[in-house]
Amino acid sequence: TATVGGPYGEKASGPGVDFSYVGIDAILEQMRRKAMKQGFELNIMVVGQSGLGKSTLMNTLFKSKVSRKSVQATAQEKIPKTIEIKSISHDIEEKGVRMKLTVIDTPGFGDQINNENCWRPIMKFINDQYEAYLQEEININRKKRIPDSRVHCCIYFIPPTGHCLRPLDVEFMRRLSKVVNIVPVIAKADTLTLEERDFFKKKIREELRANGIDVYPQKEFDEDAEDRMINEKIREMIPFAVVGSDQEYQVNGRRLLGRKTKWGTIEVENIAHCEFAYLRDLLIRTHMQNIKDITSSIHYEMYRVRRLNENNTVVAHANGMPEHHLAAHEM
Amino acid sequence: MLPLPNIISKGQFPNPETPGYVGFANLPNQVHRKSVKKGFEFTLMVVGESGLGKSTLINSLFLTDLYPERVIPGAAEKIERTVQIEASTVEIEERGVKLRLTVVDTPGYGDAINSQDCFSTIISYIDDQFERYLHDESGLNRRHIVDNRVHCCFYFISPLGHGLKPLDVQFMKAIHNKVNVVPVIAKADTLTLRESERLKRRILDEIDEHGIKIYHLPDAESDEDEDFKEQTRILKASIPFAVVGSNQQIEAKGKKVRGRLYPWGVVEVENLEHNDFLKLRIMLITHMQDLQEVTQDLHYENFRSDRLKRGGRLSSHGYILPLSPAYVLVCQLSSLHLPPPQRTNLCLDTHRVTKQHRNATVGHNGRHICYSSETEPKHPELRRWKLSY
Repeated sequence: TATVGGPYGEKASGPGVDFSYVGIDAILEQMRRKAMKQGFELNIMVVGQSGLGKSTLMNTLFKSKVSRKSVQATAQEKIPKTIEIKSISHDIEEKGVRMKLTVIDTPGFGDQINNENCWRPIMKFINDQYEAYLQEEININRKKRIPDSRVHCCIYFIPPTGHCLRPLDVEFMRRLSKVVNIVPVIAKADTLTLEERDFFKKKIREELRANGIDVYPQKEFDEDAEDRMINEKIREMIPFAVVGSDQEYQVNGRRLLGRKTKWGTIEVENIAHCEFAYLRDLLIRTHMQNIKDITSSIHYEMYRVRRLNENNTVVAHANGMPEHHLAAHEM
Repeated sequence: MLPLPNIISKGQFPNPETPGYVGFANLPNQVHRKSVKKGFEFTLMVVGESGLGKSTLINSLFLTDLYPERVIPGAAEKIERTVQIEASTVEIEERGVKLRLTVVDTPGYGDAINSQDCFSTIISYIDDQFERYLHDESGLNRRHIVDNRVHCCFYFISPLGHGLKPLDVQFMKAIHNKVNVVPVIAKADTLTLRESERLKRRILDEIDEHGIKIYHLPDAESDEDEDFKEQTRILKASIPFAVVGSNQQIEAKGKKVRGRLYPWGVVEVENLEHNDFLKLRIMLITHMQDLQEVTQDLHYENFRSDRLKRGGRLSSHGYILPLSPAYVLVCQLSSLHLPPPQRTNLCLDTHRVTKQHRNATVGHNGRHICYSSETEPKHPELRRWKLSY
């Protein structure tokens, strides 16, 4: 005899058929497969005066010679007369995950006698990348994957004076935090003792707050309580005091990246010595995707809205269409 | 040490401090975490004559009951009816992954004595979703774009004929450039194995002959494991899938199975030897991403470029930027006669629906109803609207 049960019946008694399992979590596997196949893009900009260890830090972060200096032919470092923007791209791979890393260097920043408006070429570069992306996006026949040259993250190097931010630092960060994710770091932090470091960091955080500068991770973009909890911990620690090195030394039987001095060896990846590891974890291991998302869904969108409105207004006037029609449709 | 948030899956990587290890190999996990939080959206359209078992099949596929209060109209009512579009949305959660599935049903298709015009409504619906998405994508506030574009269309073919009917051919040709078409042989328990194979071959020949473009499963990548490759081969060889649906549980040979009880035996829905139901389900789930991608990269982009070509032009001042699509659409929308935004929103935008129990008022012709209902908590949440075009 056969018995017929209700539509959602109990699970099968024997092993095997699970009545209530469809299998939609397989979607995650497909997503991961697709992401791995496509590879990732990351564009990091480094800004700071010459001599603050920007190139070395990049090399340390990616454990390979990715900086401009490593690729450049000339041995000598000359301060250029104006700010230059130099982009170098590398294809790197780790455990099957491929990444196109672009490091954008800004030699000449803050090095002149008169540094007024030295953020302008940098702002322009960042906006030019947004413009390029927008142009691709509104094209009638667009590419399947729009190449992403937008600056995801701008690491700003603060010289380790130990006192407070300089006017140049404040000006730059104030302006640029509105268009790009800024991650401030205290460069060459091995000149500061731990107390000096803590004092300096507190001072910097105060000044950032006082000037209304929102650095990454921005409070207003925390998505939920979990994010907020993680990001609050980070916000209490920035700016990270970093030391970079691409030289290895033998310490206690292990080979480590560090700086060897007469009074001891500074281990770059040792959190008791400096905060490089935190910076690396933030940028690469945990928040990389988030940094890219904020760039594309917030900074880029703001740029796009501005651009579309500019265009609409001008063309609307040219075509005699009243502006309120346009405004009502958007949003 | 900063407490590492659990987006780094433990045990997946060797000691992170091995020299040379940077850590961006964790990037796929970061992306993955975000998708899990966000959840997935998928819209499936089912088209076929009445009585081919569409509703039962959909319920079986997703182990839900999308049509709890269904009333099947009699023949007299069917004469009056034109094709309608009914969208039902269900949120399914499994192992932490959320899927918001919208099933678009098309009752009335092929019912009328003269079915000459029964697909214009369906095509308008598909186009309207594209239009809406284009509008949202070109707008100023893009934070919460809802994707209601039809990602896949199951077209039900009757097992009783000798292949495709003229209506089948016409319809598939009309939509194959707008949506991914997956032909399905319905109620396959009326066919013996040989009849089923013959019918499949016949259908495939006719599809070729008429130049109908159905959805093609992508070949497995060379770096996939053998099982996956074998599975893909089997799936590809079984198209069109001959399926049987059922939500009833029957006891057969000591275990409970979903099936249909006949005097001569039990047809087991989830038995690969009895029908292709499992294959259809596996195909849908494993290719959900691909179906969405093809919709986005091919069907939607074709729609978009056609649309913009018709509407876009350089401004008289010769700006380098072409007219912004937003602007193009504003001009176009004012001259098109689309249904007013409120009605479409009620139908498709789940964010706006509040959990109210409103009384359903059914008009005589079945039109102009809007109601929402909720099933008991233990079933997946169900929201449902009716809209007639």
